[in-house]
Amino acid sequence: MKEKEITGREFKPLDHVMVPRHEIIDEAEINKILAEYEIVKEQMPKIRVSDPVALEIKARVGDVVRIIRKSQTADKAVFYRLVIA
Amino acid sequence: MVIAAPKRIKQIKFGLISPKEFRKMSVTRVITADTYDDDGFPIEMGLMDTRLGVIDPGLRCKTCGGRAGECPGHFGHIELVAPVIHVGFAKLIRKVLRATCRTCGALLLTIDQKKKYVEQIKTLRRMGQPIEEIVTEVFKEARKAGTCQYCGEVQQEIKFEKPTTYVENEHKLMPTDIRARLEKMTDEDIEVIGMDPHNARPEWIILTVLPVPPVTMRPSITLESGQRSEDDLTHKLVDIIRINQRFQENREAGAPQLIIEDLWELLQYHVTTFIDNAVSGVPPARHRSGRPLKTLSQRLKGKEGRFRGSLSGKRVNFSARTVISPDPNLRIFEVGVPLEIAKELTITLNVTPRNIDEVKEYVRRGPENHPGANYIVRADGRRVKITDKNSTEMADLVELGWKVDRQIKDKDVVLFNRQPSLHRMSIMAHEIKVLPNKTFRLNPAVCPPYNADFDGDEMNMHIPQTEEARAEAKILMHVAENILSPRFGGPIIGGIHDHISGLFLLTNSKDKINKVDALELLAKSEIRELPEPAGKENKRPYWTGKQIFSQILPKGLNLEFKAEICEQCDICKGVDCEHDAYVVIKDGVLETGSIDEKAIGAFKSVILDKLMKEFNPQIACKFIDDATRLSIRGIMRKGFSFGMDDEYIPPEAQNHINEELDKAGDKVEKLIAAYKAGELEQLPGRTINETLEMEIMKELSKARDSTGDIAGRHLGMDNSAVIMAKSGARGSMLNLTQMAACVGQQAVRGERIKRGYAGRTLPHFDRGDLGSQAHGFVRASYKSGLSPTEYFFHAIGGREGLVDTAVRTSQSGYLQRRLVNALQDLEVQFDGTVRDTRKMIIQFKYGEDGINPMNSDFSKPDAVKRIIKSVTGKVKE
Repeated sequence: MKEKEITGREFKPLDHVMVPRHEIIDEAEINKILAEYEIVKEQMPKIRVSDPVALEIKARVGDVVRIIRKSQTADKAVFYRLVIA
Repeated sequence: MVIAAPKRIKQIKFGLISPKEFRKMSVTRVITADTYDDDGFPIEMGLMDTRLGVIDPGLRCKTCGGRAGECPGHFGHIELVAPVIHVGFAKLIRKVLRATCRTCGALLLTIDQKKKYVEQIKTLRRMGQPIEEIVTEVFKEARKAGTCQYCGEVQQEIKFEKPTTYVENEHKLMPTDIRARLEKMTDEDIEVIGMDPHNARPEWIILTVLPVPPVTMRPSITLESGQRSEDDLTHKLVDIIRINQRFQENREAGAPQLIIEDLWELLQYHVTTFIDNAVSGVPPARHRSGRPLKTLSQRLKGKEGRFRGSLSGKRVNFSARTVISPDPNLRIFEVGVPLEIAKELTITLNVTPRNIDEVKEYVRRGPENHPGANYIVRADGRRVKITDKNSTEMADLVELGWKVDRQIKDKDVVLFNRQPSLHRMSIMAHEIKVLPNKTFRLNPAVCPPYNADFDGDEMNMHIPQTEEARAEAKILMHVAENILSPRFGGPIIGGIHDHISGLFLLTNSKDKINKVDALELLAKSEIRELPEPAGKENKRPYWTGKQIFSQILPKGLNLEFKAEICEQCDICKGVDCEHDAYVVIKDGVLETGSIDEKAIGAFKSVILDKLMKEFNPQIACKFIDDATRLSIRGIMRKGFSFGMDDEYIPPEAQNHINEELDKAGDKVEKLIAAYKAGELEQLPGRTINETLEMEIMKELSKARDSTGDIAGRHLGMDNSAVIMAKSGARGSMLNLTQMAACVGQQAVRGERIKRGYAGRTLPHFDRGDLGSQAHGFVRASYKSGLSPTEYFFHAIGGREGLVDTAVRTSQSGYLQRRLVNALQDLEVQFDGTVRDTRKMIIQFKYGEDGINPMNSDFSKPDAVKRIIKSVTGKVKE
């Protein structure tokens, strides 16, 4: 497949108001989260590497993404998702 | 009882059964269509052959030696004289036929393509992904080929005529031809179409052998007349065997092709309906009575089928069902149970040193003398029925370790349920009160959670049978524990209808209530002492309604809120409200304000909410009991009724209303004139026609509202309908407007009524008449009566409402079913996460805030405000 030409005018999902903040978190923090919930990585909700936002933040398989959403009930809600193939 | 740990299913394999396997699993060939001989014994090699299992007591299965009940049954088989198609796979056959060569049976793809697809299918299988998409593509690609790449044969178009006929080039393909073609397919080609050649070869779809289900799954029943009645499946099998035999005879006799084909088709029909008796295009096989037969598919499919009806469906003992009726004298957590039901339903007691005397007394009373006992289970497990005659003697025999089935009696905890069980308050634990007559009685205040009324509703009752079950029911499901709804964090149980009107009448009036009346009002609440009288009149002390109501409020209750009758003034005058709509309760004394829906109504009651959250369920229960009883006394003291006279409007007001309606009519005419002249200003995003419709609708609804205002001015707080509407007991001011002033525009799908005849709604109007009267504006009021055309339009609008409700309930019911199926195993864990059965996290914090909605204050952060107020002493809006 031909690489897409980068024009600098592509749509960036993260700039959209409806797309919550996504960030990749480091190993130490992952371990902290896993310990907090007493889980292994695979028990987390998943996100595809091919997900538009995952692509944009250049997440790799095995990374954990923190998603900070606006919430009706709690103002801010934090979610974690494991990046899968 | 041993409860085995649930096992995880590793693999399920689906495939087709080959004729060989059919014969292998068969215990006998079935050749005669007869079932029983003249003596009533099963005929050998008949449909009821004892090798297929036994259903008659006394006989033994010739295959396994088991008696009826022990023998699971065994399959037999019928050798079909000519092959037939299995309807369930007719579409697959079509696809396969179109994708394979008519002479060599090869899949019409190049070797490279085949390799590619097999590769793709294998990868998908390995990853546990569905392969449907690839297979569809294979069939699509293979169909494109005009000639066979392997033998050069030109392919013909194959037409499929539902349900089981295939036509190639105007020439009908017989099942034998089809089978011959499919047999030629190589294992490699079969893999390309996504099938497993070892478990499912395509030619196995064409049946040459038909399995005969065991007798145990098609038992015949003996009618009272001694006549045997066979199962539907047996009937169908008889048909198949008969035709099969006739076919064979005809073929052996060398009958003409035409007859053979007819018989073949008939055989196909019978086998088709044996498998599925609801195939479109096939007339369903019928019983002699005209009832369609229930064949294999019908046994499995649908709500009453094996899966939804028998496997997921549950039915129980220790339950009762009857009509419900109201009894305001019961407490809210009680249920009145008919004596007949109480005598039938039991609780099993284990006889212990502590209760032996009590148990003996139950046994002595026998089954007819409620509360007695119906059965005794002796230490050896034998059940003995207690009768009137043996009761005394049995009572003396009762020993420790025995069990006695005691009849249910007052204060037993039972589960009470009304379908549809849409939320958890649809099943609550009640305490029994045994009463005469034949209906379940319940306090009308618990109608809202069950969504019950008394127009013939029936409810079910279940008796928990173990101590654990009873404890759980009492602690978790008791009505008192369910006053608050987890749906919105407010009380779902509370006053309805007359409860609200009654307390409103009592607390909103300036009535002076003398001592006798005051005590009578409070008699049912067991209050025998009155507070300091409000004043004296003619040297006699009197009390106000507010004081009376205060007597049932618990001490220590402090509340301040705006009542339902609050008019939402721009500046709230608070305690000095002229409508008496600002409620202040201090230390359980109602100081100002009227009690209405906001105070005690189900769904809205602020008082009950407070009682549940800051006091306890028992106090809240007691308050509901007292409030409902007091309100009924209160409403009876005054009398409360509504009749045609209450819709009376003085002539000058009526004239005013007519003027208003005439004015609106003129305005509509003007709009129409402007529209016709092309002068109407178009609204953005609307066509000119839509604009006109919207303007007319707006004008007419304004007119209706203004007539309502005029009527409202003449119907004051002395009118019972107004009292009900304002206090929130029942009805609205709109209802009253429609009764007294003007019914207003009738609509279908939010638009004026347009359908009917060409260019007009009814023959009473000119074609193209856009006027208000011609499109369903009802000028009349219900009291004045509707004109014939108005009446008709009203019926149209009313019908839409009925259809809407019917559609909505079925749709939301299915949505609910899907949601429940998807979410039923999710659980909030102790750490606040929501997880499924594999402990996978679904939500990191329940509802994102981890708050139990039941404990929230009507889903609003009210607690914060309360805290601020208690600290600063100020109310911040």
